[in-house]
Amino acid sequence: MHFAFTDEQAMIAETAKAFFAEQATSERTRAAMAGTGADEALWRAFTAELGLAGVAIPEAEGGVGLGMVELAILAEAAGRHVAALPLLASVGLAIPAILAGGSSEQKARLLPRLAAGELVASFAEAAPGTTSSDGTLTGAALHVPHGARADLFIVAVEGGAVIVERDAPGLTITPRTSMDQTRPYARLDFGGVAAEPLADPAAALAAAHATGALAIAADALGGAQACLDHTVAYAKERIQFGRAIGSFQAIKHRLADMMVAVEQARSALYWAACAIDEGSEEAAFAVHAAKAFACDTYSLCAGEMIQLHGGIGFTWEHDAHLYFKRARSNANLLGTPDWHRERIAALAGLDQAA
Amino acid sequence: MKLGFSPEEEAFRAEAAAWLSAELGGPFADVRGLTSLTESPERRRDWEKRLGEAGWSCVGWPRDYGGRDATLAEQVIFAEEYARAGAPPRLNHIGIELAGPTILAFGTDAQKARFLPPIARGEEIWCQGYSEPGAGSDLANVRTRAWREGEDWVIEGQKVWTSLAQFSDWIFVIARSEEGSKGPKGLSFLLVPVDQSGVTVRPIHQITGEAEFNETFFDGARTGAANILGAPGDGWKVAMGLLGFERGVSTLAQQMGFRNELDAVIVAARANGEAKNPLIRQRIAKAEIGLRLMRYGALRMLTDAEGGKLDASALTYKIQWATWRRDLGELAMDVLGPAGETTAGRDYAFPALPNLYLYSRADTIYGGTNEIQRNIIAERALGLPREPRGDLK
Repeated sequence: MHFAFTDEQAMIAETAKAFFAEQATSERTRAAMAGTGADEALWRAFTAELGLAGVAIPEAEGGVGLGMVELAILAEAAGRHVAALPLLASVGLAIPAILAGGSSEQKARLLPRLAAGELVASFAEAAPGTTSSDGTLTGAALHVPHGARADLFIVAVEGGAVIVERDAPGLTITPRTSMDQTRPYARLDFGGVAAEPLADPAAALAAAHATGALAIAADALGGAQACLDHTVAYAKERIQFGRAIGSFQAIKHRLADMMVAVEQARSALYWAACAIDEGSEEAAFAVHAAKAFACDTYSLCAGEMIQLHGGIGFTWEHDAHLYFKRARSNANLLGTPDWHRERIAALAGLDQAA
Repeated sequence: MKLGFSPEEEAFRAEAAAWLSAELGGPFADVRGLTSLTESPERRRDWEKRLGEAGWSCVGWPRDYGGRDATLAEQVIFAEEYARAGAPPRLNHIGIELAGPTILAFGTDAQKARFLPPIARGEEIWCQGYSEPGAGSDLANVRTRAWREGEDWVIEGQKVWTSLAQFSDWIFVIARSEEGSKGPKGLSFLLVPVDQSGVTVRPIHQITGEAEFNETFFDGARTGAANILGAPGDGWKVAMGLLGFERGVSTLAQQMGFRNELDAVIVAARANGEAKNPLIRQRIAKAEIGLRLMRYGALRMLTDAEGGKLDASALTYKIQWATWRRDLGELAMDVLGPAGETTAGRDYAFPALPNLYLYSRADTIYGGTNEIQRNIIAERALGLPREPRGDLK
């Protein structure tokens, strides 16, 4: 038992922190928001130069060969700056689906290029009524993160999981004006589009849901910590009534409550990451807990960031709204906090006979 | 980063579990499952002695002082197995978790040799003399006085909320030893025998109907000149060092007790159908999550402490568990409904869950109220400006 980063993990965390602090600036993020929601230079640096999109892909499959703890470290660092990257779509959702459920041929064909960032993939939950038959897909998916930027899609459809390529005839991609412009949604319409089944769809979907929830929890932790840090800094410098507002208990106590939540979210995230890596029987429980708790914490902290900044926090110019909107997107994707808690209620044995 | 235990550690777990099961299934079956600290004190004392004889009392302490030199992981495992076996809360928890570690950190070799082995053997029970009628949240406003007379310290004043003083042999006291000093300066940390004419212990009946806490009066009480931890005037430093130990391995044992309490709520909810109520399910799930996060928070804290650097996140632990338990008490009563508000006997003594509802109101007060915890977090961890002090007496 050693519940702290190893030296190597601490180094990865430092490197990632410095990387995003330097590159994922507010200016660059805002430039990306006007386009596809992806900062292309940042994505190239993260993938081609640092080689980190394949963090949790085994070396034999073209990746770095690390695990969920390291993936969480990276997603936390990106979340701290609301980085405009298809990180959740490609690294959090699509890659784990292919890794866990793809055939050897599918893995060999796709994983090295996804790891290198040459390809971006996303993950789509097909809308009810969507059907898959004879290698084609008909229907739609309404909210696909970074869907307008992706080169291919893993689509979860009743009874399976399939790969759909961006350029396949019959696929219409419609970018949606999205509240969170750093991770915008697209709508996909499948008009009998060619769809290649993944070899083991159940394994693919389970891996995508677990890794995706973990990546969201990590993003939420990084974002919540940033909200706390920015708001503490502001409370120390903003003077009203002749005092720094951070000297008022009404403010101090709310910041303290934010820190209490953030530290619990940190425990939740790395517990869940370790539980998956170690194959613990607690892993499913831990992922539900981390997703629910970290998302609630991010919502709390982003809301408090706006409130405690006062009027400036409500402006477009200030970054508070980037966090607030990402927090909302995180809460809704892959099950709300209430939904995850309901799963925990079941795991806690509430449905057993008295 | 690793959560699992090694095969050697699992072997240690099996050894501890086997011993506990044999004792609590045999000669000590009558103390198994006790929760109140004030029930069966004589048998609790016997249990302390039995733990001491077998070397399971203070597993993390050095062997020279009656411990077992257990590693951190082994201490965690023992704490878990202790609670899993249904072993009762430790009558001497203040000696084991507070007095002992403070003496280990600040005591002279002679003091360690004098005081630690009797704690480990379960022969001397300790209590804590910190709060006073005028020094609650403002702990440094201590007025109890101490001065030297010949080979003794003499103590005059009053302490309050001295948990378990009625069963204790020793009390550690912070007292003002420099006349005219104020606040944290001029205090000394004294070790004082309870059984003497100058010390009077008077129980305080609390909202549960029990009397775990006391008022303790010092009226010319005496202790030997050697029974001071640190130098005269260093009492505040020693006392604050001790607060750090309140966040040690013992938190894991405490959490296993919480586990049992949450299990009892779940059993009650299944029995009366509230387990199907979606709102209750959400709250139980929140409690389940909160309990895990306390556990993993404590493991982070312990790993950091072993590496010699306690992270600022340790400051969040008290408010976390206290608030969790208060919420659990409310959840328990919402699950039980009016049935939780009545009790079978004639005595004003409620079963575990309603008692938890009442008792947990103390959790967010003692050891630093939630409001004081928020000040500490804001000032020490986040670096926000300190609260201004007033000068009203």
